[in-house]
This record gives sequence, structure tokens and C-alpha cells, in this order.
Amino acid sequence: MAGKPERAGINRRGFLKSSLNTLSGLLIGGIGGLLFSRSSKKEMVWQIDPEICIQCERCAANCVLAHSAVKCVHSFSMCGYCDLCSGYLEPGARSRDTGAENQLCPTGALKRTFIENPYFEYTIDEKLCIGCGKCVKGCAAFGNGSLCLQVRHDRCLNCNECSIARSCPSQAWKRVPADRPYILRGDESASFERRMKRGDHG
Amino acid sequence: MGKRSSGNNRRESIHRRGPAAAGMLILFSLLLAAVLGYAQIQERFPKPDFQTDYTRPDLSTPLPRAQVWEYVDIAVLIAALVLASYFAHRLRSRRKIFWLMVFSLVYFGFIRQGCVCAVGAVQNVAYALFNTGYAIPLSVIAFFVLPLVFTLFYGRTFCAAVCPLGAAQDAVILKPVRLSSTTAGLLGMLPVIYLGLAVLFAATGTGFIICRYDPFIGFFRFGASFAMVLFGAAVLLLGTVVARPYCRFLCPLGVLLDWMSRLSKKHVKITPDTCSNCRLCEESCPFGAIHKPNPSAQSPDKQTELRRLAVLLVLLPVIMFGAGWAGSRLYVPLARQHPTVALSEEILLENGGKRAVMTDATRAFRASGKTADELFEEAGRIQQRFRTGGWLLGGFIGIVFVFKLIGLTILRRRPEYEIDAGACFSCGRCFSFCPYEQLRLGTITQKELEEMEREGKNGSGAGGTSPMENNQNG
Repeated sequence: MAGKPERAGINRRGFLKSSLNTLSGLLIGGIGGLLFSRSSKKEMVWQIDPEICIQCERCAANCVLAHSAVKCVHSFSMCGYCDLCSGYLEPGARSRDTGAENQLCPTGALKRTFIENPYFEYTIDEKLCIGCGKCVKGCAAFGNGSLCLQVRHDRCLNCNECSIARSCPSQAWKRVPADRPYILRGDESASFERRMKRGDHG
Repeated sequence: MGKRSSGNNRRESIHRRGPAAAGMLILFSLLLAAVLGYAQIQERFPKPDFQTDYTRPDLSTPLPRAQVWEYVDIAVLIAALVLASYFAHRLRSRRKIFWLMVFSLVYFGFIRQGCVCAVGAVQNVAYALFNTGYAIPLSVIAFFVLPLVFTLFYGRTFCAAVCPLGAAQDAVILKPVRLSSTTAGLLGMLPVIYLGLAVLFAATGTGFIICRYDPFIGFFRFGASFAMVLFGAAVLLLGTVVARPYCRFLCPLGVLLDWMSRLSKKHVKITPDTCSNCRLCEESCPFGAIHKPNPSAQSPDKQTELRRLAVLLVLLPVIMFGAGWAGSRLYVPLARQHPTVALSEEILLENGGKRAVMTDATRAFRASGKTADELFEEAGRIQQRFRTGGWLLGGFIGIVFVFKLIGLTILRRRPEYEIDAGACFSCGRCFSFCPYEQLRLGTITQKELEEMEREGKNGSGAGGTSPMENNQNG
């Protein structure tokens, strides 16, 4: 660069700049194009695979939301409607009733309703559920496994790096297509598919 | 599937025996659960046959945000980039840039809660490039490509008015201090290291550290861990005196935008017309992106300068390989950040009898049916990737460092006030300081301009060598 006249230097600088500009543009375009060819038209969202989940209770604490986006959901089609529900009652509970001291759920979000002898319906009050999975664990241990933890997509922010997924010890978190955002069990799985096909998202 | 069908068989056999069987069944289940371990799903109890007209309720499955919002985000991004460039280049209006910045802070920050983010998109791109199985969402590609392309054409207008992270800091600048070019240059290496690490961790599937350590996302969401809130508050507090500290000394995307901006086809200029070296804009930039002129700057000794350049060019491969080697040596602690490697180390500890109590992770792994050898093999592969990645990371940091040194060595003659295209955010603060801009806006007359110029010239005459004293090679 030394011996050349100043004018030539400026031109060379300009030339270098514009060619590097074009090169960078092509590079970015190339990367963009390559990724576009691989991209999914569908948005992906986070979900818990209930078959891998170990109910470690981290979902309750590690969500970026103050109240976790993970809630317990109930596949009624799998439920035995038991009186002695291991998801509802504390192990060694003194009586099978709705007394707070007998409930496994720390927030009383799992509601027990008498249907007919000897069946009880268990429903989840999502406002109260903190997604700790205590009931899920109880149900999985001695019951039918009709309860499971799921990301509720009316709440989930769909973070780029889910902070629960990062702390999940069993690596049960995965990304699923946004139009099939739940991994459900039993008949609910099939009826969910049917509803999605109908376009009914209730 | 197998599990379920065996459950169904049992269900058939105990069907309709009623609740009396329940006690027996629970005993049986207890045994079964003990044998099979937990997390095994069985249909241990039959589905009830309701005599009343009870129907099972439906499970509600609320859907995520409609897909169309993804396109809305892309549209808002494009609109904001176009407007930002238009405001900076054509209208030269700081006020309009400011209001666009406020809009971006509200929309991308508080409404979208920071999770459609150009800074973070770098990691998704790195992950997608090295993991073909990952289907990268369209919006992420757009948020990666568009800011870079706009910067290639118009400079960092994205930083000025579109990025919510920049906006949050820009809004708190109170009394910016000017950092020496050495300090700024040294601190400027941090984003390079951060970018390298973020790409390495993303490419190896370890995690997205840019998202993890985003200082402002806690504010956007009104909730984060205490440490991150503290970090965010510290950045904002520091931001009152050191303008935009995250953008300048941490932002990994800033490294790429810096390069693109240097190469940009057009870049904002301080003056709309000509520069008369009136010095009025000298202190207007809170980011230290205005170079003072050094018209009489001749390199003191061409030979010395050339020799210095030659030494640096010879040093380039040495530093590159040295840093690469150092990076590859770090593969053990770096790879430990990967969940699989971390798990395999825990398993190794337990198998060696060095730890008695199982963690949730190791218990889950042992229940999963995968063998330890498979895990170790996978962990070994990841470590190898980190060894290669460490070479690249170190080499990358080394190259950038040497080029920064070369940039400091070469003395460029600047006849007038010039913007440092790499560091300039195109925020438009300096525009109104220029008397030609005031003339263009019609707030002063030609005569007043001439008067100002005369005063400025006298000032600089009295100051004598002031532009020289602070030339950019310090």
C-alpha cells in the first residue's frame, strides 16, 4: 500500500469494500437459502413426553413464568375413577375424603367429585395447579397413569431455550409441531387428533 | 403398545368384579410397581361402567399462538427496518428514530416478551447448520437474515431503532463518559469471545447461552431469577454512564453487525452537506463512534509502520494456532456443559462407587434402558466435537484479535470528522449538532452558519493541535 499514489489507494479500498459487501451478501443469502430449504413451515413448540417424564417437580419451579406453563392434565378415558386414588390421596391418608390433610396436591388443585357408587371423578383446577406432578407420580405408581404433565399452550411463551427443558433430568422435553402441540394418552390422544382435523380447538 | 395390550387383557379378566377387587389390585399394583420401577404406565383399574348418564368430560387442549402471528412478527420487523433506515438516511430525524425505538421496545420487548430475537437467532442458525434434523422456523431465519442484510445496505439502523435490547439501554443514557480507544478496543474483544462460545455451544447442541444470559428478558416478562434481574439492573445502571454497555461490549450479534456495517453500501453521515471541521459534533456521540480529523497525520516513519504490520502478519498464524490450541485444550470443561457429557460424568462417578446417592438424572437414565457404554460413547463423540470446536473457537478469536491490532497500527489520514461505521448505531444523535443540518432544517440562516463556522475555526485555531492530541491510535 506504501508506494502507490493516494488516489489508487482509495479506489482499492472502495473496491475491496464493495466486493466484500457483495461477498457477505451472498454468504448471508446462501445461509438463509440453505436454512430456508430445511425450514419448517410449521412453528415448533415445547412439550413434555409423558412416557419419559419422571415427575421430579422441577417444572413447577423452573419456568420463566411466575406460575409455570406446565399443568397436570387428565385423560379421563384412562381413569379408573377409583375411590382410593393414589394421585389424589396422601399415602397413608386417614380417610378417603376431600379433607385437606388427606390430599396429595399441595394446592388443592385436584378436585374430587362423587359420580356414583363407587366412582369419583377427578378434575384439575388449572388456576391452582402448579405443575409439580405429585399427583402424576402417585397415579403412575399405583393407578392407571391417566394424569400427566403437559405444557399448556395458552400460557407457554415458547422460549427459544426453555429453562425447564434445560433443567429436566430425564430429557423428557422436546419440540413438537404447533398444530399437534400435546402428547396425550388414551382416547384423548385420538379424540384430540380428530378435533384438530375438524379445526375445533376448544 | 405391548404394555397397553397386556393391560387390556387383565382388564378383561377382572372386568365387572367391582370395587371389592380394588384392594387386592392395589396390593398387586404395589408389588408390580416395585418390580417395574416407577414411571411405568399400566391400566391397572378397569374403565368404569357408569350406570348414571355421566359422560366423561373432554380434555381441553388450548392451541399455541396462531401461526399468523409469526408472519406478523416478520412484517413488523421488515417495516421497522425500512422505517429505521428511512428515518436515519432520508429524514435524518433523531426524534422519529427515538419513537420507533420506543415502539420496538414495547412490541418486541414487552408484547412479544423478547422471544423473537435477532441476537438469539444466531444460535438457532448455528444449531441448524450443524444439526440437519432441526427444522428451523421461518421467523428465526428472517430475524437472522434481515437485520444483517439491512446493515449491509444502510448500516446498523437495526441497533438504532429495532432491537429492544438496544432500546432499553438507549433510553437510560444520562451522562455518557468517553472511553479511551484502548479500553474500548480491549472490551470489544468480549463480544467476539461471547459470539464464539455461543456458536460453539449452539452448534454442539449444548444450549443457547445468549438466551440464558439475556439481561433484559426478565424486565420484559416481569420475572426472572434474582441473579438475572441483578445483572439486568447492573447493565442499566452502568448504561447511564457507559452508553449501551451490552451492545458495545457483550452483544454477540453486534460483532456481525459491526462487520456488515463497515462494508455497508450507504452509511449515515454527520453532516448532510460538507464538513467544515467546526468541532460542534465532536462530543455528540455517546458511543465514541466519531473519529476526529487528523489532516496532518503522516505516519511518523513509514518504515516502522510497515515493519509493525509485517510483524503482525507474521504473528497472525502464530496467534491463530496458539489460541486454537488453547481452545482445544479447554474441551473438557467446555464439553461438561453439554447435558449428555454431564450425565455421563455422574454415571461414571456412581459406577466407580464415588457417589452413593443417585440424582434424578442418573435415576431417570438407569430407568430408560440405555446402557452406560452407549452413553459414554455418545459423550465421547460430543467431547471430540468440542475438541474440534475449541480449535475453531480459539482460531476465530485469534484472527479477530490480530485484525484489531492491525486496525490500530494503520494510521489513516482523515481530513474531516468521520463516523466509525462499525461502531455507529445510526441513532442520529449527532445530526442536530451539525450547523449544516440546522441550515437544512431552516433553524439558522446562511449568515449565522458562516458566523458559527468562523467561531469554530477560531476555536480550533486556538486549540491548535487538539484533533491531533486525541487521534485514534492512542
